[in-house]
Amino acid sequence: MRRAPASTLAALDPMPRRAFVAQIMGLPIAFHVRGPLARGAVVEKAVERAFDELRADDDLFSMWKPDSPVSRIRDGRDSLDDAPLRIRRVAALCDEARQRTGGAFSAWLPDGHGVPRFDPTGLVKGWAVEQALRGVVARLDRLGAHDVLVNAGGDIAVRCSRTDTPDWAIAVEDPRDRRRVVQRLELRTGAVATSGTAARGRHITDPSTGEPANKLLSATVIGPELMWADVYATAAFVLGRSGLGWLATRPAHAAVLVDHDGSVTTIRG
Amino acid sequence: MRKIVTALMGTLSGLVLLFSYHTSTAEQAVPGGASPESAAGSSQSSSESLNDGVPDPTEATSETEDSSADAMSGTFTGDAAETRYGAVQVEITVEDGVITSSEAVQYPNRDHHDQRINAYAVPVLNAAAVEAQSADIDAVSGATVTSLAYAQSLQSAIDQAFQ
Repeated sequence: MRRAPASTLAALDPMPRRAFVAQIMGLPIAFHVRGPLARGAVVEKAVERAFDELRADDDLFSMWKPDSPVSRIRDGRDSLDDAPLRIRRVAALCDEARQRTGGAFSAWLPDGHGVPRFDPTGLVKGWAVEQALRGVVARLDRLGAHDVLVNAGGDIAVRCSRTDTPDWAIAVEDPRDRRRVVQRLELRTGAVATSGTAARGRHITDPSTGEPANKLLSATVIGPELMWADVYATAAFVLGRSGLGWLATRPAHAAVLVDHDGSVTTIRG
Repeated sequence: MRKIVTALMGTLSGLVLLFSYHTSTAEQAVPGGASPESAAGSSQSSSESLNDGVPDPTEATSETEDSSADAMSGTFTGDAAETRYGAVQVEITVEDGVITSSEAVQYPNRDHHDQRINAYAVPVLNAAAVEAQSADIDAVSGATVTSLAYAQSLQSAIDQAFQ
């Protein structure tokens, strides 16, 4: 079974690395840590704490748990004004997101009867994962420089504290054939978020019509922070090609759009 | 060896996407008779090699070096992952730090519909893990994944490869 180590591979990338995966918020969330202590217990604890923080946010924001604070706001049992601070913070960010996207992103989406209900899920995931990542980075940096990548169901954020490691290589998958990629990016610090409909039954709703958005196969946005990359990807997916001008005005962001005919449009920020 | 993780973790998203896409209508419990059993280790295998005591950076580092000197070749079977489609279990074969094959050794097979799905999906999945190996990718960005399916099982296989 055992053979001699593949010295070429070790020489190329000698840094210890480890991945941790948990299912939270209905998503597989994977943290990858690269650095001298990556396989030590102290890193495992730092990542576990991040998972706990994400589980706590899931308890707050879940729309599937009937008695979560957000569920109580949705069905009118509680008022948003009296909600816990984190929920009010997210609601304020959702308002800012609506303004920044000209309404293409909205946390107030019509329910089955056309009544607008508070639905911050399109922003919460990126916001919570970004915070969890920062927590891991802060804890690990006290022990020495480490690189961290988090992949939350296909939305990715990375932070590199080391200078002797390769960039993280991130692929944008082809929505028509998931074995293929349409783009390969190299990032040390930043985020990549993709919106599309292929992988899940739940569609992205166009706030202006209340109907599922269908203008593109997928929209990927690359930027400095996961929350905004995710919000912009959702908005870009809703807007379709008519959003190209708006996307081009986003400072420090780039985008990759895949059309129904398979054509790929890349927008450099 | 690092490349294994690189490739595999890069593949995880894609695999899970594939699986959840192709079986999105098969939403029930584990198939009868296919009770999940792990070939080696437990679902907690990721933590077994680590100390539970006070963090000791020095010790953790040397531990890493020990483990990275081994495990460049072999066959590693992941723990069975319970998914809403049924149990999924993956086996990878590693030779000199390169994944030479990846095979689902257990997957949902409850009815004709599932069989039809899996007849297509599983060979695709097996090919995808090996293909991505050469692509040198750390992560894949795609439409939101809602099932852990292959991720748990592959993660477990990777952990065993690194012990």
